[in-house]
Formats: sequence, structure tokens, C-alpha cells
Amino acid sequence: MAEAAEAIAARIRDAARDRRPLRLRGGGTKDFYGGAPSGEILDARAYSGIVAYEPSELVVTARCGTPLAELESALDASGQMLAFEPPHFGPAATLGGCIAAGLSGPRRASAGALRDFVLGVRVVDGRGQLLSFGGRVMKNVAGYDLSRLVAGSLGTLGMIVEASLKVLPKPVAECMLRLEMPEGRAIEAMNRWAGQPLPISATAWQGGVLAVRLSGAASALREAAARLGGERSEGPSMQALWQGIREQTDPFFAGADPLWRLSLPTASAPLGLPGAQLIEWNGGLRWLKTSSPAQAVRDAAHGVGGHATIFRGSDRSAGVFSPLSPALARLHRELKAVFDPAGILNPGRLDAKS
Amino acid sequence: MGEALSVTQVNLDRQRAVVAVLREFLSEEEVLWREEETRPYECDGLTAYRHVPMVVALPSTEQQVQRILKTCHAMDVPVVPRGAGTGLSGGALPLGDGVLLSMAKFMRVVRIDPAARIAVVQPGVRNAAISDVVAPFGLYYAPDPSSQIACSIGGNVAENSGGVHCLKYGLTVHNVLRVRGYTIDGEPIEFGSEALDAPGYDLLALVIGSEGLLAVTTEITVKLLPRPQQAKVIMASFDDVERAGNAVAAIIAAGIVPAGLEMMDKPATRAVEEFVHAGYDLEAAAILLCESDGSPEEVEDEIARMTQVLEASGATRISVSRNETERLRFWSGRKAAFGAMGRISPDYYCMDGTIPRKRLGEVLNFIAQMESKYGLRCPNVFHAGDGNLHPLILFDANDPAQLARTEQFAAEVLGKCIEVGGTITGEHGVGVEKIDQMCVQFGSAELEVFRAVKRAFDPKGLLNPGKAVPTLSRCAEFGRMHVRAGKLPHPELPRF
Repeated sequence: MAEAAEAIAARIRDAARDRRPLRLRGGGTKDFYGGAPSGEILDARAYSGIVAYEPSELVVTARCGTPLAELESALDASGQMLAFEPPHFGPAATLGGCIAAGLSGPRRASAGALRDFVLGVRVVDGRGQLLSFGGRVMKNVAGYDLSRLVAGSLGTLGMIVEASLKVLPKPVAECMLRLEMPEGRAIEAMNRWAGQPLPISATAWQGGVLAVRLSGAASALREAAARLGGERSEGPSMQALWQGIREQTDPFFAGADPLWRLSLPTASAPLGLPGAQLIEWNGGLRWLKTSSPAQAVRDAAHGVGGHATIFRGSDRSAGVFSPLSPALARLHRELKAVFDPAGILNPGRLDAKS
Repeated sequence: MGEALSVTQVNLDRQRAVVAVLREFLSEEEVLWREEETRPYECDGLTAYRHVPMVVALPSTEQQVQRILKTCHAMDVPVVPRGAGTGLSGGALPLGDGVLLSMAKFMRVVRIDPAARIAVVQPGVRNAAISDVVAPFGLYYAPDPSSQIACSIGGNVAENSGGVHCLKYGLTVHNVLRVRGYTIDGEPIEFGSEALDAPGYDLLALVIGSEGLLAVTTEITVKLLPRPQQAKVIMASFDDVERAGNAVAAIIAAGIVPAGLEMMDKPATRAVEEFVHAGYDLEAAAILLCESDGSPEEVEDEIARMTQVLEASGATRISVSRNETERLRFWSGRKAAFGAMGRISPDYYCMDGTIPRKRLGEVLNFIAQMESKYGLRCPNVFHAGDGNLHPLILFDANDPAQLARTEQFAAEVLGKCIEVGGTITGEHGVGVEKIDQMCVQFGSAELEVFRAVKRAFDPKGLLNPGKAVPTLSRCAEFGRMHVRAGKLPHPELPRF
């Protein structure tokens, strides 16, 4: 396995010397996300496997090529989980790609985002140096927190070759409530409930129906279900709904319209943009299928203090991500140069200039 | 620890020049330079290191902060930001040729949005004050460092502070949405947003815990959580420290994430009991405090499950808090642990290493060996749930030999933490205190990346220089003196 890591480092060193762009890639399930990939493929899958997992430490360490499904089933066998419920977007998804994309699933608003669970990474930077940041312990403030910086950087700062993540026990029980209500009232209700001590682990509103997932002790679920009302369900039909939202296999995500990911302050009132919406994270994440012009969508999101990403869809001329302020853009360029001075790692993936 | 930063005599001409420029936009009370005025700022919570600053600036508006930074940047004057001065690693130790930038006047709660469950606060607002002010909405701010009645949120952001509830509720980085401030050249900058994420690299995570080296914070948006309906704590006694450690692992393995999970050894409980009368079992080799919070039904369930695990793990005595007064009394000893040490010893030195929990027995045995090796006592309090140790070495700073032995003792313990796969600091920061141990924990390639990140934000190296990240030559010097196991940590460096 050490040879596989060294091979990755050697490829990056050679590419840096010749200034040949590299396209870092795991299973390719998130090729659609971010700027168009370009360059020679550097496949992470050869460097695979769980390095250390001790359930009583709540930490798992695995190599980048480890299939995400394999990692999650190992955790499941010990009654634990990746609490941020990362989307796989296909059976080939790897841990490295998952961390590079930085995407979180339905449990994000209650449990935290992917980056919140990253304890440490080993990463090969754009010079081909193997670097180690953070560690395998819960609390660590030695040195700048570069492992969280690398999470979600779409491979533009380095190849994540190994990561240590905090894991959590799976909830004892789960159930779902469905309540009919219009968008505005649903946003108001989700935020009000999030401010109360309720065991809500996920929310999703679409087509006039708010689905609320409860997770925790059976007693807490009973109590909350009685308080919130609605139609209660559990078991496979509940799991299918949340799985469909997490993996975007829900019928909402079908069709040819461009899909926008709007990240907004959770309590923001309905934006009133034309198109269909699926709202998660207590209102903090709004999936919008629309043919509205990009500028109109961005203006609406920026107007309430959020940002808008073209998640799926062909026209990316307006840029995939919301533009950064000049001060932040300068820091991004400087940090990119720290990690990848030759500019060979996933060029253009995070923004047109990185 | 190592020696403090090299002492720079205050250059009076320089001081006059800097004061004159700052006085163009700050009042007489906002610019301190006479020694009797600057002396109170000579140290933070790490009192073993003291240094009188050249000038203390006490701005009260963001525009003033910006002008101070622009002025210092133009004049090449180093700037050390300071919050409440409760830090334990010397992160706010002043410089004799620098401006100490006190953010103490930024005490305003700017906005509370109970529906969005956020509060926008200035950096000088005290940690506990945030929870107080949002209490009418049934909300609170979760991270609760022991110093929470005094420490400020700006300092918490700089240090990525934790507390006794962070296994379940996270550190500062998990509870802050947005930080606004200025880089050293006076450029306004905003990290994160009031949404749950922001485009681009996660600079919010980078700036939190950066020990004031990357930017000066002027406004913070914190996340608020609903206050749990109820909390109860179990106090469990063990006749063996390692058995107590195994009980912690057993609780976690049973699928429970307690709201708090703390351990104290016998010397620690004895010291605090005399001071606060918390009702601790003074015969126990170690006690565990295990807290559960949630709805009354949930708490009942969890307390019952934890009790079962603790009994199976060999607890010799178990009591559960019967009411809120008793719960707070059980915690009072833990929260007063540092203060209590001050009563039984002229000085104490608090360490902050984090280790994988399964190595606890080994590390505690090592600490016991060091106690006899250096002839110094060292009670232990321990955030058991997340492996964060706070051994407290008791010494007398008036005896230089004892101070030197304390430093060696601490260095050996931190070395042990690294050896077992842990870290030199879990929540107190590196500051000046652990800067030499950074050379042990990280290789030179990583340290060089840290320095390059610093240059990206602060090319002149003026913001809190000499803290958190050691220079190349400092590591060379340290390596020369501390060859570990016959192996130089940085063999590629030239030695002199």
C-alpha cells in the first residue's frame, strides 16, 4: 500500500515538473459537480482500505480509494455511522472523493457538516509532498486546521490520501412524520422546532408536504410525535424517502431542468423564484429546478445572505459557484499557490481561476 | 515551554512615534504607554510569561481597529490581539516593540435572531453572557470552557475553545457560522456566512483556532441550540484509574454519547473537595462525572443505561444527581479544579494534551513516574469523553529550579502524548508555551506549509508573531537540545 501512495506522489511530482494538469478522481460519481474536470486522470482507487477503526474511540481512519459503501457498512456492523450522511451518487463513490466534494446529507442541520467530522488528513500537495494535518483524536488545536480546509476543496489543494473521521452511534430508533403545509409555513415551523429540544434529525419539504425525521430514544420519539402531529411512519418507506433525497434518486430530481443548490440562512422567507423546490436543513438548503436566468437566481440568494451553486445542468457560463469577494478571492489564490504552485491539481474545478 | 520571546527593551523614540500617530484618531484613554498603565497587560492566563507591551490600544469601533492595523502595517509595528486575557498558552503575550490590541471594549450583542437561532456578537462579549442573554428564548451557546464567566467569544474563536460538553456539542469551530474582521493590512474580510456553508475554501475553519495570527475578529455570528429540558449527572467512583478509563470506553461502545464525561483522580478530588465541598468520594482512585441531557424520558433511559455500564465496569459507588442544585454541586468541583490547585500550591502548570482514550492507563502511569522523577505533584483532571488531559503540575515559581523542572516535566508528558498518537494541545492552543513541541509534533514540510499559510494572510509577519508556529531556526535549536531516542526530528536542517 505504501507503494501506491508513493506512486501517487511520484505522479504529482512529475506532473508538477512538466506543468501537466492532473484530474484527481476516485469513482467518478461526482464528476458532474463543480467546474468541468480536465487533465490526465490520477485514479485514487488503488490506495484503498480501512487503516484503523476502533468503535470505542469513535474514530475511523481509511485510505482515499476506500469505497464509501464499504466504509459505511464497516461502521454499521458496529452500530455506528457517518453522521453527516454524505451522498454517494453511485456505488463507485470513494472516501477521498466524498471529502474532496465536501457534501453533506439530510442529517447535516442537526448533526453537523462533513467538515465538522474531519479530524485529520494525509494529503499529497501539488509538489508531491506527503503532508499530515490534524490527527486521530477528538480535540486538536495544534497548528492551523488545514484538514478542514482541504475538505470541500474539490482536489484543488492536494490529493487526500487518508482521512480520520469522527463517527457516531446510530440512533436507537427513528420514525417519520408527514404534515401538509405550504412552503412559508413549513419554513417557519422547521425553524421554530429547531429552537426547541426535539429529536429532529432531518427535514424535507416538497409539493406541500413537510417530512420530519425523528431519531433518538424510543421515549423521546413518542413524545415528539405526539407533540408535532402528522402522519407517522417508519421502516422501509421512511428509509426510501430519505435515501432518495440523500442520493437524489427521488422523483423530484428527475428531468432536464438545471438543478440549483441554494444555501441560505435557514429562516429566509420563500424566495418566490419560478420552478420546483425541495427544501432541506430547516430551510438552509433549497434545491431549485428552474429555467430562470442564473443572475436572477444568484441575486435572490445573495439578497438574503446566501449563495447559489449550479449543481446539475449544462449551462455553466455564469460560473458554477457564487463569486467570492475580492479579498476572499485573493486569499484563495494565495492558498492555492501554497499547496499547488504549478497550478496542476484539478484546474478550474472550484472556480474558473483555480 | 522553552524560554519566553526574547525581551525587547521599549524603544522610546519608536514608542513616541507610534503613540503620536495613534493619538490622531484615538483618545488619551484609548492609547496607553506609561509603564504603570501597560503593566497590567504584561501577561494573559499563562502568568509564567510576562512582557510589558510598547503600547496598548483600546479601540471601540471597527473603523478604529482598521486604522490601528493600517498604521501598524505601514510602520512595521507588530500587533498582538487580546480578548479577556484568560488564555492558558500565552497567545496574548505582548511584545516590547509591539502594539497590544485589546478588544475588551467590543462588548455589544449586535443582534439576536431567535427564529434563525443565531446571535451576532462583538468579540469582547463574554462566553457565558451569550447564553444569559438568549436564555429567555430557551436557547444557549454550547461551548463552555471552564473560564466561561470571564473569557470572551473573540478569544474562543482565536483558540477554538472547547469545554466539558464538547463530545456531544462540539468545539467553537462547530458552533460559529461567520466571523468578520480585518487582515493585518486593514482590509475588511468575512469568513463563512449566516447560511450553513459558504462558497470556496472553508476559510472559517482555518481562521478559527488560528490564535490571532491570520486576522483580527470584530464580529461573530454564533449558532444557538435549544436548551435541553433536563440534565442529570452520575458520579461514579472507581478504585483504579485504568478501570475508570475502561468504563469510559464501555459507555461509548454501548452507543451512548453523554453530554459530559469527565474524570478526576484522587489528588484532584481531594484538592477540590476541601475548597468547594462537592461531595466527592475521597477514597476513590478516580471519579467519573457522566452527564445526560434531553427530555425527562430520554434522560431516565440514558442514566439507567449508563448506570448499568458503570456497574458492569466495576464502579464502587454510584450517585445520580436528584435535582439541579445537586447536579451543579457535582460539577462545581470539576469547574473549580484549577482554582483549587491555586490554594494547595503557590503555582500550577496546566497541560492540555489529547490522547486516544485507550492509551489513558499508560499515559497516567507515565505521569506518575514523572512525578517521582521530578519530585513534583501532578493531580489529573481529564475530559475523558474526548481524551483531553489536563494534568496540573504543582510548583513554586519563586524557586527557579522548580520552574525548570516543571518545564521539563511538561515537555516529557507532551512528548508522550505525541508518541501515543495524540496531540500537544486539545483546546488551550500552542501560543508561546508549546511552540517548541510543535517541532516534535509536525515535520518540517507541514511547518513550512503553516508558515506559507501565514504569509498568505500576513506577508510581513506582523500579526501576533512568534506564536503558534515555530520558525525553522527555532526548531533547529530545539532539535539540537532535545534529541529524541537518538533520532533528530528534522535531520535535513543545518545544526549550529
